[in-house]
Amino acid sequence: MAEERVGVYICHCGHNIAGTVDVEAVAEWAADLPNVEVSRHYEFMCSSLGQELVEEDIKTLGLTRVVVAACSPHMHERTFRGACERAGLNPYLFEMANIREHASWVHAVDKEGATEKAKALVSAAVHRVVHHTPLETMKVPVEPTTMVVGGGIAGIQAALELADAGYKVIMVEREPSIGGHMAQLDKTFPTLDCSACILTPKMFDVGAHPNITMLTYSEVEAVEGYVGNFVVTVRQKARKVITDKCTGCGTCWEKCPIRVVDDVYEAGLGYRKAIYRPFPQAVPKYPVIDVESCTYYKTGKCRACQMFCPTEAIDFDQQDEVVDYKVGNVILATGYEQFDARRIPEYGYGRLANVFTSLEFERMVNATGPTGGKIMLRDGVTEPESVAIIHCVGSRDRRYNQYCSAVCCMYSLKFAHLVKERTGAEVYNFYMDIRTPAKGYEEFYHRLLEEGVRFVRGRVAKVTDAARGPGEEGKLIIQCEDTLIGKQRRIPVDMVVLSAGMEPRHDAEEIGHLFGISCSVDGFFIERHPKLDPMATMTDGIYVAGVCQGPKDIPATVAQGAGAAARVLGVISQGEVALEPIRAEIDEEHCSGCRICNTMCPYSAIDYIEELQVSRVNPALCKGCGTCVAACPSQVITGAHYSYDQVMAQIDGILIDVNRPVTAEAEVAAD
Amino acid sequence: MSDNGDFKPVIVGFLCNWCSYRAADLAGTSRMGYPSTLRDIRIMCSGRMDPAWVLHALRNGADGVLVVGCHPGECHYVEGNYKAIRRMNLLKRTLRQLGIEDERVQLHWASASEGVQFAEIVQNMTAQIKALGPLNWKQRNVDDSVNLAVAAGEHVHEGA
Repeated sequence: MAEERVGVYICHCGHNIAGTVDVEAVAEWAADLPNVEVSRHYEFMCSSLGQELVEEDIKTLGLTRVVVAACSPHMHERTFRGACERAGLNPYLFEMANIREHASWVHAVDKEGATEKAKALVSAAVHRVVHHTPLETMKVPVEPTTMVVGGGIAGIQAALELADAGYKVIMVEREPSIGGHMAQLDKTFPTLDCSACILTPKMFDVGAHPNITMLTYSEVEAVEGYVGNFVVTVRQKARKVITDKCTGCGTCWEKCPIRVVDDVYEAGLGYRKAIYRPFPQAVPKYPVIDVESCTYYKTGKCRACQMFCPTEAIDFDQQDEVVDYKVGNVILATGYEQFDARRIPEYGYGRLANVFTSLEFERMVNATGPTGGKIMLRDGVTEPESVAIIHCVGSRDRRYNQYCSAVCCMYSLKFAHLVKERTGAEVYNFYMDIRTPAKGYEEFYHRLLEEGVRFVRGRVAKVTDAARGPGEEGKLIIQCEDTLIGKQRRIPVDMVVLSAGMEPRHDAEEIGHLFGISCSVDGFFIERHPKLDPMATMTDGIYVAGVCQGPKDIPATVAQGAGAAARVLGVISQGEVALEPIRAEIDEEHCSGCRICNTMCPYSAIDYIEELQVSRVNPALCKGCGTCVAACPSQVITGAHYSYDQVMAQIDGILIDVNRPVTAEAEVAAD
Repeated sequence: MSDNGDFKPVIVGFLCNWCSYRAADLAGTSRMGYPSTLRDIRIMCSGRMDPAWVLHALRNGADGVLVVGCHPGECHYVEGNYKAIRRMNLLKRTLRQLGIEDERVQLHWASASEGVQFAEIVQNMTAQIKALGPLNWKQRNVDDSVNLAVAAGEHVHEGA
């Protein structure tokens, strides 16, 4: 250990670090730390010149250890490990000190403190790195099958990309049909092409593709393993319909006497039967029995569907099936839920009949929807003469969600156009800002301005049916400040559409936990990097696509779906992945066989070897958390790269300027 | 409690790789200021936190030790943070017997998105320890036999 030759490199990161931390002073100070051979500072260590500096010093000065003090190891640890490797040094003989995220950026007002802390962190790394040992990554083969969770447009795109490239895909969808929210929409902005016309061919392709196994009406229950080798347990809920026999003829739901409000596909605006297919173009075509509503499951009687089924496909006793699938990578494309407009009582949704949500309106204008595409009030007959569209419902509102839902402006404009086109009614858009930042969007907005749609800038205070004058009777009155003329206004209308925002799935956090990824404060899945790696997550082998990662429109969702598939293809085509060698190892010579570690391990990676009376770690299952290392009463488990000695040395180093050892006698006695 | 004038505490932090270290990264990326009292060490999981490390930090000049893990139920390694809770409880019981104030050793949770919360944790702990004053382990009423025991505990590791 005494002969180690450590190279220390302090990065300026332009002004990011050097603007706060006195990098020259840190580099000069570090030169006197034990074992330090060379200490330099450089403007951008991650640049190729910075990396070459390290490589050159390893070769010419014979460095045996490298410390780079720069940004977070989550940003550039791989970069510098690569530099070490290229120069012939084992990449694990490198240590990074985070003096940007953990020093310069958080102590900008305390330059002296930031410099002092940077010194402590560099010293910690120098003290630690001499205890590092060379480690070899373990290469494991990648299972080429990919699981796509969620059958909306994001999942569909990802699945088709992978399947067309020749690899197997397992698609898991919670609902009885794939299609997601896009299947509910009528027109898509800004081109106004029919949503179903562009979506259903893709749905059909998924259903018919020889490389895609579609598991609809199914949910993931458990996930085990690691990148390249996941085992995902899926529960396929009982449809109560034998799909091998069913032809999708529709006799069953025609004969079913039970009508149920369809809260999913029809957004509560229409009905379905107790045995149903969500919509005519559903893929797969098979219906499901909703056991909650079906008379047979309540009274044991009825059986109308069974009696009339021409192919005897109804099986009331069918049970859920739970199957394990081995997959190499997972793409999560679980989508979103619409903000529940009931949460804003002043807008009256759920209380005032003619206040609709945007999804209800979407179904209303759809030719296959409950009104056959006719825009009418809740009574089902009256056509509105005036319609108010309220933007930013549940979005850009600190009480609910601070973020912008990204699509509401455009679909509100689309609604305005459809109302104008189909009814000629007066349309008011109540907006805070109009956001149309994509190809053809701003042009669409201008088209709407020319179509005579009215725009009122200001957040609506309330929607009420309490009339104050004759013009307001029987109407819904929009109370709002028009910020452009600086006046309070009351505008009576017949119908109100609330442009409700997008929210994460109610169980997004649970799903994230299942797959080992996290959600951000607003509840959407966190990507590996917000700009440069928006498809990957911090857990290798788990990717995200679509609105589950954050609000976005259809083009962006499709792009991200395809992007996630490209990332997965990269892993598959390499054939194998390198696993971090951060694992526990038991010194069997000194193991007392107490078996405490056996029960500690969350992955059951420690086996007890009966004949030797010792415990042994299975390296393929160990994930390197170190819980067993901390628990072993004999201290004979070593956690690679986070060993007892390494962290003890790191503590000594981090306290170098304040280190006040206990009495000399105690030190001597202990040694 | 006094504010102890210019005393600037030194806090050694143990942050788990998956949640709290990223929370600290996020605090940085979002430029959320907090006192430069924290000197952090990355460990894979709060369940890896060895009580001997905490003692080692305290007897070598730290005025406090902060351990931060993923929220209960969100541990990247299923349940490492629950083990951290148990170890922390035992450790604190020992520390109490040595007369070490509870505030000096703290266990908190921060998810990867909780940069603000992370900064608050450091701010609060700094204020608490500043009020307590320096730890001064060797001048404390911790006699040599305790030091011996602590050192001997560490010695077991070194011998292993």
